[in-house]
Order: sequence, then structure tokens, then C-alpha cells
Amino acid sequence: MAFLDITRLEKFYGTTHVVKDFNLAVEKGEFISFLGPSGCGKTTTLRMVAGFETPSSGSIRIDGRDVVNLRPNQRNIGMVFQAYALFPNLTVAQNIGFGLKVAGRPRAEIDERVREMLGIIHLPELGGRFPFQLSGGQQQRVALARALAIRPKLLLLDEPLSALDAKIRVSLRQEIRAIQKKLGITTIYVTHDQEEALSMSDRIVVMNAGVAEQVGDPFTIYNRPATRFVAGFVGTLNALDAIVTDPATGSITLDGQPIRLNRPIDAAAGASIGLALRPETLALGPRPETDGSLRGTVRDVQFLGSVLRVRVALDGQVVALDSFNTAALRPPAVGDAVEVSFATADVLVSDG
Amino acid sequence: MKPSRIWAWLALAVGALYFALPLIGTIEFSLRMRRGVYSFDAYRAVLSDPQFRATFSFSVFMALMTIVLGVLVIAPTAYWVRLKLPRWRPIVEFITLLPLVVPPIVLVFGYIRLYNTSSWLPLTGTAGGTNLLLLAGYTVLALPYMYRAVDTGLRTIDVATLTEAAQSLGAGWITIMARIILPNIMVAILSGAFLTFAIVIGEFVLAALLNRPAFGPYLQVLGANRAYEPAALAVITFAITWACMGLIQLVTRLQKHTQVPR
Amino acid sequence: MAAPAPTARSWAWLGMLPFTLFALMFLLVPTMFIVVGAFRAEGGGFTLDHVMNLFTPSILAAFSISIRISLASAFLGCVIGFAVACSITVGGLPGWIRGPLLTFSGVASNFAGVPLAFAFLATLGRLGLVTVFLREWFGINIYALGFNLLSFWGLTLTYLFFQIPLMILIVTPALDGLRREWREAAEVLGASRAQYWWMVAFPILWPTLLGTLALLFANAFGAVATAYALTGSSLSIVPIVLFAQIRGDVLQDPHIGYALAFGMIVVTGIGNAFYIWMRSRAERWIK
Repeated sequence: MAFLDITRLEKFYGTTHVVKDFNLAVEKGEFISFLGPSGCGKTTTLRMVAGFETPSSGSIRIDGRDVVNLRPNQRNIGMVFQAYALFPNLTVAQNIGFGLKVAGRPRAEIDERVREMLGIIHLPELGGRFPFQLSGGQQQRVALARALAIRPKLLLLDEPLSALDAKIRVSLRQEIRAIQKKLGITTIYVTHDQEEALSMSDRIVVMNAGVAEQVGDPFTIYNRPATRFVAGFVGTLNALDAIVTDPATGSITLDGQPIRLNRPIDAAAGASIGLALRPETLALGPRPETDGSLRGTVRDVQFLGSVLRVRVALDGQVVALDSFNTAALRPPAVGDAVEVSFATADVLVSDG
Repeated sequence: MKPSRIWAWLALAVGALYFALPLIGTIEFSLRMRRGVYSFDAYRAVLSDPQFRATFSFSVFMALMTIVLGVLVIAPTAYWVRLKLPRWRPIVEFITLLPLVVPPIVLVFGYIRLYNTSSWLPLTGTAGGTNLLLLAGYTVLALPYMYRAVDTGLRTIDVATLTEAAQSLGAGWITIMARIILPNIMVAILSGAFLTFAIVIGEFVLAALLNRPAFGPYLQVLGANRAYEPAALAVITFAITWACMGLIQLVTRLQKHTQVPR
Repeated sequence: MAAPAPTARSWAWLGMLPFTLFALMFLLVPTMFIVVGAFRAEGGGFTLDHVMNLFTPSILAAFSISIRISLASAFLGCVIGFAVACSITVGGLPGWIRGPLLTFSGVASNFAGVPLAFAFLATLGRLGLVTVFLREWFGINIYALGFNLLSFWGLTLTYLFFQIPLMILIVTPALDGLRREWREAAEVLGASRAQYWWMVAFPILWPTLLGTLALLFANAFGAVATAYALTGSSLSIVPIVLFAQIRGDVLQDPHIGYALAFGMIVVTGIGNAFYIWMRSRAERWIK
């Protein structure tokens, strides 16, 4: 049996069905992300695990014990909130020691644990400060220390980085992951930021409209999205429409240009299908190693620093492609006739 | 149902009873003037009393003047502090809060001693002078509420940018104040004004000690001499207070509709 | 009027002149005049005689009952107002109650003075609705049981009519300021509801609660109209004694008046100093 076992979880608010038949088994020490747009039910699911919401039906077992009827303060869970939620009237040390203090632990043990936690989050000097004297990133690290100080069985993080600056976000997510690995604590991380989910997680649960669309490791989620929603939500994507000419060989036409995918397609000849291509799988100009190509004219060029994003107009549809910026190479000009090449193996096919 | 919710309902019920009973009692009492039946006789008697009309209109007039003086003194000051002298802010705030600490009766005692007929500025010597003193006193009483309302209003608009924009278009200070700032904080001023009105209309101590024929002293004299009319007047006063609060709510709500959501 | 030239910056204080003048003439100087008057001897010069005159049994009794009424009504107003405010914010009552209750609080907190006295006379006076109702339906004569509207508890009960709503108005925004995450964070860390209130919520609310207590105290201490209309001058609370002094003292020695007024300022001043001191202790964690 898995360490955290969620089965057939359902949640209704009145008649609104916010979480539908949610199932998940998390192993001890795993780092799981719930990824999805706002309102997809990811936070509600997390709050049901924490005990702030009561499931309409289904079970949540932590370490073999059903916790659905336990109050949050009986579950031994650590939680980090989006807006820090440090107690403003307590110092950093008092915040971190709060959980031990309410549990009635001896003073010496609390002091010792606080010192240890301050070390883990690399803020050993700041124990005497009040939260308002800390930066946002420091506050969130203290919040993490406070959650970990009670040695919880499970760590829940509810969009902990979304209130922070971009730079701090990146460094802090590495730090959170490092601490999590060091302590080996089972963690659920809720985010709407796909980059966070991809870079931190052992596995990702992509959620949409209350449904877990796909559960898998970051590599699979990104490269083999199971549904069109997952493909569209994780990473940028060219969504194109094509007409099937021969399902057996995978021959299609895209805006009149023939492409042969060399694998069977599950659709009748003449049917319309959806194709998906990631911008980074496309390249400008002919490439000997690739087996697919399209011709078009450059619609516009966006300079994004290390990456150039070029949008190429076909006959009606537009594909975007990313190429690395090199100083030696001039970017294409708008209106240039260009060839776009790609490997047909990278083309994702969805029906309709 | 959670036990905490039962307690909440209980607290609310006790509170409602405590606040409803005096109101019901007053209304019931005010209708008892004619023996045996409920009637509006007390109201009729009050409303036809020429003294009532005289004192009531005096107090309404004083209330309106207080609002005007209050806006003239407070709005430019609050604006100026925000724009040019933020360091004065704590001092001004402290002064505007003082009337909550200095009891009104002490204040008016100071007026009487300071501006009596034998002093350097014998304001109490004439009716006009005393009215002026009363007006100033009312403005002081309204200071905490008016300043807070105006300052809150100013906080929601970008004073510095608006002023600079107006100046760059060639507007002078009076134009800026009257055409730009005041209209933008009108709602805040109005809610302060209604509150001021509610405070001044029934005010007793200042008017009584300065010997002015205001509504508050009239109420007190009537209360000492009659049985049913005071209850009717209390109901009327309560209705006026309620109307003032209702108007505050109304203008605040209207503003929310005209404002772009942020 | 032209826009000021750049050099006019140093003259910016001129804009404060109307307000400063107004505050000096009608707030600060009159108050100071009273304070100075309390210490000025007949022919000029310093004296403590007037202040010493306060220490007569009748005036001390007036101060004592004033302070007790103010403390009782402020304290009860705080506690009850806080309970009601809690019930509409964190108590889980339906949302529609909140708006009307706050509006009503706005009305009731301003419904002080003479009309309020009438309302309570009509309710709890000898012929009041509740008095008569209890007597005729339950045979309970509250006046025979020792209740009197013109007494300590009668006045306190009347003052609560504006004290409680004032507390509700002030403390509701403060309760709204308690973020849900604080409660949830405390809960998930193992704290009980009582532990959360004791260790987090109350310390955060402390400054507001103390400030409101001081304000309610001053509010009750300075109130004349309600007491005067209710009791005439039969109940000797300080503001009424002063009121009678001012009315009758025109030819008498005004200095006992100065001393009384000075005493009132001292009492409300102490209340506020106490508040400021407590607040500075309670607010170390605020920017």
C-alpha cells in the first residue's frame, strides 16, 4: 500500500462538482505536483488532504490510516501557504517553534529544533526578527521551516512561490527540492506554473475541471501528453488542423502541403485531425536528419533573449518555432520565404 | 450545526433584543398619548409646536454651516498634507483625534472663559458671535470624522499626479481644489457630512451652555415637562439618524458603481 | 492665483495656516486655558489650591461613580461588541446579517444624547414598556427589586446602547484583518482553537481592543446629555457637576470649574496614556 492513498475522492460545492473521481497513490518520499489552471480543483484536493475541506465522498489514507474524519490538527501535516501566513506577532524563532509549543514540548527541545530548522533554511541569524522585517523569499523559507519543524508525515505546499519575484522563485524552488530530498519527506506541491512542476517533481498530476487528466513523470507529461488539454497546458504548442489522405501510411495534408508520418492514423481518409508540434522541435531551413518539412513566409520574429521565436505563415495556419539565438546568425526578416523542418516522430496526433 | 454557530446566533439574539426593546418601547410610548387607544397625537402636538420648528430649523442650519466650515478647513488641509507636508501628518492626525479625548463640556467651558464679554475677543457678547462659537465647536466635534473621511477619500486618488496634470494644463490652486480634488473626493466628503449632520442635529451640551435655541436643549426641556412628546421626538431623531446613515451607504454604493474596478 | 514658483517650496507651511489657526483658537488654546486656570491663583501666580479643592468627599464621589460607570460601560461594551462582531465575522453566521447589522451599528452609535435618554425612560422607566410588561405579565416589579434607571447600572445599561455599536464598528474591520491562513496554519501545526486565539489572534487584535477600550471610556466619561436628560442632576457624575457649575458659577469662583474640567482631562488623558503605553508594548511586531 502506498504511503498516501487517495481513492474515489469527490467534492461538491452545492451542485458544482469541483473534484471528480480523484485517485492517487503516492510513495514515501515522493514529490508530487498538482498542475492546472485556477479553478481546476487542485487546491481543493490539497485542502481535503490537509483537512480544511471535507470530501463529499471517497477516502484519504495517510500511512495506512483513514484521515477523512480527523481534524487538521490531528493529522500531523506540514503546510505552506501562498501568502506566507507567518504569525505577524511572533518572531521567526517563535513561528518555527509554534507547532512544538502547542504540543507542549520542553523548551530545550524547541530551541534545539528551531536552531536546526534555521540552519536548514540557511537563515541562522534571523531567529529574533519579526516577519515584517524579512523579504518575501525569507518569509516563505521560514514558513517552510515552520511546517517542517513538527516533523510532519506529509508536506503540502499551496502555490508557495507565486507571490515572489521571478529570480527568487527559481532559486527557492531548487532549495525546496533540495530540502525535500534531504529530509526524504513525502510532498504535494500545488502550482499553476508548468515550469515549476516540470523542474521539481517526481511525478505530476495535471488537473482540469476537477479531473486528473494525466499522472506521470515530467518527461512523459511533456513529451507524451495523453490529452489535448495536457498538451496545450504544459509547454507552448502549435495546434494545427490537417486532412487525412491515407490512414495506413499516415499521409496527411496540412494547408495543401503533404506530410507522411510513416505510422497508421486512427481516422478515415478525408477526415480532419488535429496535430500538435512543440516550437522547439521545429527548425528553420532544411535539415538532412529530419523527415518532414513545410514551406511558408515569415510572419514575425520575436527576440526573447536566448531564444528567437519565429512565426511562419502557411496557407492560412501559422506555426511558431523556437531557435537558439547566436550572434553570428542574423534572424530572418519578415516576408522571407522559408522552409521549416521537423521529425515526423515529434508530431502529436489527436482526433478532431 | 457547529456549537460555535449556536453561540453566534445566541449572541446575536441577545444583542437584537437589547437594541430592539428601547426602540419598540419608545415607539409604543409615543403612541399612547390618547387614553386607551394608540394615536399619533404626540407627533401632531410636537410638529405643530412653533418652538419645535424654530429650534429644529436652527439646528439644521447650524449642521449645514458646520459641514461647510468643516469642508473648508479640513479638505484643503488634508490635501496639502498629502501633497506637500507628509511630515505634518502625525501632528494633524493627533489634533484631529483630540476631540475624542477632550470632553465637549471641557471644550465649551474653555470657550466661555476664553471668549467671554470681558475678554480680548468677546464672542459671547452678541448672538452672532455666540453662533460663530457654536459653529466652531461643532466643527471641532466633527473634526475626527470629517478628517478621516476626507483622508480616506484622498488616499483612493493619486493626489500628486492629478495636481501636476492640472498644473501642466495651467490651472491655479483654487481651480485645482474646486474642479479637480473636491469632485473626486465628493463621496468621502458626503459621508463625512451626513455623519456630521447626525451629530450636530441633536447636540445638547454646547448649545445648552452657550445658550443657543437649538434642538438639543429644546428636547431636554420638553423631556423635563412633558410625558409623551419626548418619545415622539426620540423616534423622529432616530429616523433622522437612520436616514443619514442610509444616505452614507447610498452614496458609497453609488460611487462603487461609477468607479472602474481596480 | 498662480501656481507657486519653485522657490515657494519653503513656504509650503503657509497652506497649514487656516487649519492651525482654527485648531489653536477653538481646540488647543481653550483646553490649555482650562488647564492653566486650574493652577492660577486669584491674583495670578501658581497655586495648587483649586486642584486640592477636588479632594472633597462629594467631588471625589462624583469622580468615582463617573469612572466606574465609564469603565463598566466601556468594558461591557468591548466584551459584548466583540462577541457580536465575532459572530458576524468568524462565527459563521450567514452573510446577509452583516450589512444591516453594521448599518444599524452606525445609527445606534450616533444615537446618543437626549433622545437616547427618552428611549430608555420609555422602556425601563417606571412607566416604561418593559417595566410594565414584567409587572403585569410576570408580577415582577423591577423597581421593587432595587432596579433604578437613574443609578449606576441604569446609566451603564443606557450607555451600552451606543458603546456596543461603536465597538462593533471598530472591531469588525480588525477581525476581517485576521487572515484565514493564520488560523489554518495554526490548526495544521496542531493548535486547538483556544491555542490559536490565545497565541495568535488576541495578540494581533490587542492594540485595536485596547484603543477601543480607551475610546469607549472617554466616550462615556465625557457624555453629559444622556445622563442629564435621564437623571436631571440627581446623579452626581462629574460632567453633570461641571455642567451645573458652569450654569451657576457666573458670579461664583470659577476655579472649582477649572479644576473639575482639568480633572476630566487628566482622567481621559490617563486612559489614553495607558492605551499608548500598552499599545507600544503590544505592537513591537508592526512596521
